[in-house]
Formats: sequence, C-alpha cells, structure tokens
Amino acid sequence: MSDSPIAVEQHGPELLHHFVDAEQQRDAATLGMWLFLATEIMFFGGMFCAYLIYRYAYYNEFAAGSRSLDIYLGTINTAVLICSSLTVALGVRAAQMGKRKLLVILLLLTIVFGLAFMGIKGVEWYQKFEEHHVPGHSFNAADLVKEYPQIHIDQQHEQIYFSLYFAMTGLHALHMIIGVGIFIFLTCYAWKGRYTPKYYTPVEIGGLYWHFVDIVWIYLFPLLYLIDRKPLR
Amino acid sequence: MSEHIMSSKLYYTIWIALLCLTVVTAAVSFVDLGRFNTVIALVIATVKALLVVLFFMHVKYTSEKLTKIVIASAIFWLFLLLALSMADYGTRLLS
Repeated sequence: MSDSPIAVEQHGPELLHHFVDAEQQRDAATLGMWLFLATEIMFFGGMFCAYLIYRYAYYNEFAAGSRSLDIYLGTINTAVLICSSLTVALGVRAAQMGKRKLLVILLLLTIVFGLAFMGIKGVEWYQKFEEHHVPGHSFNAADLVKEYPQIHIDQQHEQIYFSLYFAMTGLHALHMIIGVGIFIFLTCYAWKGRYTPKYYTPVEIGGLYWHFVDIVWIYLFPLLYLIDRKPLR
Repeated sequence: MSEHIMSSKLYYTIWIALLCLTVVTAAVSFVDLGRFNTVIALVIATVKALLVVLFFMHVKYTSEKLTKIVIASAIFWLFLLLALSMADYGTRLLS
C-alpha cells in the first residue's frame, strides 16, 4: 500500500500536511532559520560598519574607551556565553536521543547562563553610569583625558565610542532577552514531552538562534574590549 | 539533512578549545605587537566563530547545500557592505 500515491503514512500530528515527510519539514525549518540569521548578520552588520568607520577615524578615543571597560568581567561573560552554547548543543543531542529529563535540565542551564550573562552585563552598564560614560547630557570623559595624557582625546569623539558600545551591547542584550524567552518556551514544551527523536526541530532551530547570538558576542568582545590594551609608551 | 548525532566528547573538546581561545585572546591583547594585535584578535574570533558554526550549529555534518549557500552569501554581503563603505570613507575621510 505504501507505493500508492494516496497512501497515508503513519506519522505524528507534528508533520504538517504540505510536507512530504518529517525530514523535508525539518530541512525547510532549518533553512528558514538560516535565512533569518542571514538577515540578522546584515542587521548587526550595519552597526559593525559604523564601528569600523568611526574606529578608523577616531582611533585614540576608541582605544581609551576600550581601556575603561572591565576586561575581567568581559572575559568571564564570554566564557559564560560559551558554556551556554555547550549546554544548547548538548541539549539538541539529548533531544535527538529522546532523553527528556536531560533536555529539560540542559535547557534550564542555558537559561541560567543567559541570565548570568545579563546580570554581569548589567553590572558593567551600572559602572558606566557611575563614571558618567553614558552618552548624553551628563557625559564626561575628563577622567580618561587625565588618565592618558600621552594621547589626545576629544570628548565628543569619545562619546561616539560609548554610543556604539551601548548600541551594540544593547542590541546584543535584546537578542539575549528574546533568546531566554524562546528557551523558556522550549523548556515548557520539553517538560511536556513534546520533543522526540523524530521531532525536535524547535530545539534545533532555537539552538541555531542561540549560537548565532553567541557568535555576535565572540566578535563584540575583541572589538569593544581589546582595542588597545598594550602598555602606553 | 540526515540527522547526525555527534559524540558528547567532541562537544566538550570544542567547548574547551573555545574557552582556551578566549583566555588567549584576552592575554595577547596586553602584549605590544603593533597593528598585529587587531589582526590576531580578529583571527582568533573568526576561529571561534568557525568552531561554533561547524560543530555546535552542525554545518559540518549537514548535507543540505542550500544552507551552505545561505551562509556563504550572508558573509559575502557583509563583506560587500564593509568593503565598499571603507573604500569610500577610507579615501575621503583620512586623506
């Protein structure tokens, strides 16, 4: 009977009727996610382009601003995100193998790492508010001018560095918040046992999103924190 | 894409490599290498991104060519944006 074109295969309710089989459905969903990520690359790309142009023009101010960031918190945050990527990758593996409890634990761990990242980021932002390094009326980089008398620092140009710092880390943080939301959703459904070795596409493409946000940070970390840390002559 | 279950050992190896590269890139930034500081920072970031894309995002094991085309064209468009913008600003702004 299975050779008949009108044969109805045995499959779960998750297979939508306009797909031939589960594999085609999964491929389509994955490709759709990659297309979305391609648009995300261009979305962040505009910011990276603005960063490149202003770093080229105002290198001294960018270097001084970069030195004022907390490199230890930045490195710890990078490690936290890498750990969250590991738990996501292991989570997809747990879903592939049908280990429901392990999947829920790994998804919850990912959320914890994501919130830890946001917490550390919040501490860093708070420090910037205290130092008056937030662009706007109360912006004041006199401390940087005093700290690095060897290099000429223009306060207005310094503000551009911090504008980009807040815009880029802010946009990244927004993606983290959305990511945590997606993972709360995934955890609830994983707990209900909705994901099986035959159907775990939401975990897979939610994971792709999370890894993408991780990659954005992998680039933001050296570009914002490590511009010029070498000893000044 | 036929599903391919990677061994968890490989995931842990990639994880440790990513953590080591993070420490290396932070440490190297304190050494004075002139303009190579930026080059090394970007090379390390790209190696880390590649590890994540190939293994964590399963691109190494996907047989779906369309996915690879989408990734390649996304990177191409990004470079087009950066290269043409810098061709303009680089020749006008600081000349």
